[in-house]
Amino acid sequence: MSEALISARGLTKRYGDFTAVDAIDFDVAKGESFGLLGPNGAGKSTTMRIIAATSQRTSGTITILGRDPEEHGPQIRAHLGVVPQQDNLDTELTVTENLFIYGRYFGLGKRFIRTKIEELLEFAQLEEKRDVKVDALSGGMKRRLTIARALVSEPDILMLDEPTTGLDPQARHILWDRLFRLKELGVTLVITTHFMDEAEQLCDRLVVMDKGKIMAEGSPLELIKTYSTKEVLEVRFGSDRNKEIAPTLRAMCSRMEELPDRILMYVEDGEALLEEILNKKLHPTTSLVRRSSLEDVFLRLTGRTLIE
Amino acid sequence: MSNAVAIADARANRVGHQLYAGRARAILERSLIALRSSTWVPVATGFVEPVLYLLAFGYGMGELIGNVTLGDKTIDYTVFIAPGLLATSAMNGAIYDSTWNVFFKLNESKLYQGMLATPLGPLDVALGEIIWALFRGLSYAIAFLAITAPLGLVPGVSAVLAIPAAVFIAFGFASFGMAITSYFKTYQQMGMINIVLLPLFLFSGSLYPISVYPDWLEFLIQLMPSWHGIELVRDVWFGNFDSGTLLHIFYFLVMIICGLYFTTRRLRDLFMR
Ligand SMILES: Nc1ncnc2c1ncn2[C@@H]1O[C@H](COP(=O)(O)OP(=O)(O)OP(=O)(O)O)[C@@H](O)[C@H]1O
Ligand SMILES: [Mg+2]
Repeated sequence: MSEALISARGLTKRYGDFTAVDAIDFDVAKGESFGLLGPNGAGKSTTMRIIAATSQRTSGTITILGRDPEEHGPQIRAHLGVVPQQDNLDTELTVTENLFIYGRYFGLGKRFIRTKIEELLEFAQLEEKRDVKVDALSGGMKRRLTIARALVSEPDILMLDEPTTGLDPQARHILWDRLFRLKELGVTLVITTHFMDEAEQLCDRLVVMDKGKIMAEGSPLELIKTYSTKEVLEVRFGSDRNKEIAPTLRAMCSRMEELPDRILMYVEDGEALLEEILNKKLHPTTSLVRRSSLEDVFLRLTGRTLIE
Repeated sequence: MSNAVAIADARANRVGHQLYAGRARAILERSLIALRSSTWVPVATGFVEPVLYLLAFGYGMGELIGNVTLGDKTIDYTVFIAPGLLATSAMNGAIYDSTWNVFFKLNESKLYQGMLATPLGPLDVALGEIIWALFRGLSYAIAFLAITAPLGLVPGVSAVLAIPAAVFIAFGFASFGMAITSYFKTYQQMGMINIVLLPLFLFSGSLYPISVYPDWLEFLIQLMPSWHGIELVRDVWFGNFDSGTLLHIFYFLVMIICGLYFTTRRLRDLFMR
């Protein structure tokens, strides 16, 4: 790994008695796209805010570009572009005015910002909406504008807190495409998500968080290799029969998870296992063979699914 | 300096650089852009209100009341209430901008959160918003003078000082208003501000000298910022400068400093802790 842009050791954040982030360690390298994957309340946003120098840690250490956010908040924020979980665009202003004034908050020159705005409108595909007030934009457009706004200061690190939550599949794919482009340009991305497909698509490396702790760390592929099998067979027998058949199935695979609506069987060859089940005349109502995903990693690590 | 990092780094060794990036004017710039597309109705009513009071009370009730004695001078009732009405409208304008508008930005639009994710500090935001609020005081004062001078209600040249005086007391009220608002979480609490303000202004001597009150009430009113504001503007309006004038100025200086201090602190606690 090359030089670490962000480095945290024993990073902890407590709200009263409640520990939101519990002694986590991680490093983010330059140019990397780093993910925090975890369910609601895992502590992802809290961690993001500490990195962004808008929340103070309770204990532990963290450096961003070698600096401590407690001493150099404004200097660190000058390096960052922040896309918060909830859009906080300036609803009294238009699209271009939002970009313009945000640049002014960084102290940038008017001429520089005006040129930059054209580039950003093109990037966010918002040229036609340039003079429209923010309220009149769709959810996906607002998100793209928030990302464009975060880029006005040409940040080294882009912090994206659940960039695509609440968007329809098409809007998500447009956003992913934009984020890929940024990655190619060498921008370091820090992304939180509770979508495993998003993490697989966007992250070079990620940590799986749950209840303030880091459960595992690695590339999506590494994590799947370490914590899951190559394939998964999903079968449903209907909620009453699931229970009755489960013991028989358990003997047929290395690991099994019983979810309320379905049974997941972890194996190297899903089709072969399905053959075997059908040969035993067990007849599931539905069956599906798929590759293991980060969802399975999460299930293995915590015994729970990512999206409840 | 060209890029965001260089601009922020240049201030890294200054005292208080975490609180203030020296860019309150960026916040003012934002308000100016927002103003272009906002409605002018509240601004306009602010202009008209003191004039309406002046007509109703001055020319209406003034006919019944006649003259008022102020110190050793006897003056026409309409002339007497003019500076009080000016002070009241400047204070009201400042409060409007620094309470309801701030409440919305704080709680609904999350605007300050967005600003504070940049290198800006809480003092930039506080100063920018408060200075914006006192522009209203300034414009009301100018308009009021422009209307009252031709009516012969302005006693002397020193009345021009009512303009800076109005801005000064607006500054005090705006700082104080924003500080209080930053601690409020619900609309009910915000509603309380209006309930407190109305009697405060009615009883603080804009329409009659507070010497008509029993001693204890007079004393109580003399503790109120609205009374100091009205008296300050009245002092400059009539050119009565004395130790009382200094006390009013001191009162508002304290108010401005406390307001800025608590607003900055609260913004930091809300968005940066
Ligand atoms: N200001 C706060 N005061 C008290 N508790 C807080 C505060 N902010 C967050 N928490 C708590 O800390 C925990 C972690 O919150 P955080 O927002 O970091 O989770 P998250 O992983 O981002 O979840 P989500 O996916 O829902 O956004 C939650 O239990 C939350 O209730
Ligand atoms: Mg979150």
